[in-house]
Amino acid sequence: MAPPSPRRPGFSRRAQYGIFASYVIAVAGAGFALLLVLTARFDPNGHSALQSILADMTSPISSAARSALASTGDVGESIGAYFDAASKNKAMAKELAASKRKLIDADVLRQENRRLKQLLGLKTDAIQPITRASLVSSTGSSSRRYATLSAGASDGVANGQPVVGPDGLVGRVVSVGRVSARVLLIVDGGNVTPVKRSVDGAPALAIGTGDGRLILRPLTSDVQFKPGDIFVTSGSGGIYRPGISVARAIDRGREGTKARPMADPTRLDYAEVEPIYQTPPPPAPSQIGEAKED
Amino acid sequence: MARGYEPRLNRVASRWALIGVPALSVMLGSMTVLIPQISVFPLLPPFGLLILLAWRMIVRDLWPVWAALPLGFFDDIFSGQPLGSAMLLWTLVFLVLDIFDRWMMWRDFRQDWAIAGTMVAVVLLVGLAIADSSGGNTSAVVLLPQIIVSILIFPLMVRLCARLDVLRWTL
Repeated sequence: MAPPSPRRPGFSRRAQYGIFASYVIAVAGAGFALLLVLTARFDPNGHSALQSILADMTSPISSAARSALASTGDVGESIGAYFDAASKNKAMAKELAASKRKLIDADVLRQENRRLKQLLGLKTDAIQPITRASLVSSTGSSSRRYATLSAGASDGVANGQPVVGPDGLVGRVVSVGRVSARVLLIVDGGNVTPVKRSVDGAPALAIGTGDGRLILRPLTSDVQFKPGDIFVTSGSGGIYRPGISVARAIDRGREGTKARPMADPTRLDYAEVEPIYQTPPPPAPSQIGEAKED
Repeated sequence: MARGYEPRLNRVASRWALIGVPALSVMLGSMTVLIPQISVFPLLPPFGLLILLAWRMIVRDLWPVWAALPLGFFDDIFSGQPLGSAMLLWTLVFLVLDIFDRWMMWRDFRQDWAIAGTMVAVVLLVGLAIADSSGGNTSAVVLLPQIIVSILIFPLMVRLCARLDVLRWTL
């Protein structure tokens, strides 16, 4: 005998109506869900406001779990560190010596830089971070790369603010709740960061691919990026102040240079939220007559 | 009656446990994304959906068709997908499974697995399309590892739900 189908209850009118009603509810609900999905496309602000209310409710769970698990996260790494310890040590000692020399050079350059800037009368404002918070969880099963930050509007966080880790740019805030905020990581497929090569300032766009890497598209056709090139934010277009390190190129692909983000979000403990950078207005055009006299 | 001496025969299972255990297990599955780990790559299987499908395969008449709506809403809260995407997709999966039930009365586990695997793959891919339509831009290749992991882990979820099925009748 075939298993009795729960969808065919026999002659009971009541049961038949009940099943019919459940189909009606399901189809109507699916239609409502479709509308919700469409709001995400056509009214992103309203949609993210809805989501941030929900994020507020869930972020304490991850925060608590994170503080409980913080010590276990590094176990694999600490075991792995024992392998080839001797050769690693030798290599690191060599690297340390090299970087010390570079550090001294950099010190000299910084001194010189400051002196030259004083000469020019330029003023450098150090940017004060708005708040410092930890990234507590991420959307591991979705194709979007969001992380939840454990600080929200009550800490002064607002939409669009860049989030910077100790090694470089992490992402920007896309929706804010009262005690939590959602951060769109730079590796998300929908995130585009204006960058420049650190050595010569060649401009490019760093576009996320959704798989933990970025694609670098040069803005001028005559530039070729090499593996190992470091890219920093260019500051054009605002939002990110210039000079935050973003990515290191790893190899050349067909559709652009692949790069890895400098700030590895998987091992990030704390990140700083910075105010939105506003591009300084261009200097007022000088009079043509003056220019001629010069 | 003293503890341990309740009648074991002819006892009535609690109504709350009969409905609550499956619902809670699906909700806990949806909440696995709260694990404190920042992933740069979608690899975590959609546990909520997997557990829901496992229950659906074991106990065919457990859920009314609309049950996918509230459970999908709960999943949307955590998943990072646009709100409504799991509500929509899970409900559609339930409706499709109803059609499958009419076509194939007799199914063995491998067929169930194949159906569930296809459903998960389709839900993930359509979910990607929904996420991309609302501002994302990720290629489908990125999802391949997640789909494979999800399909391979499904039998384990069925095992888990079978255990929970025993539990909910004895609670």
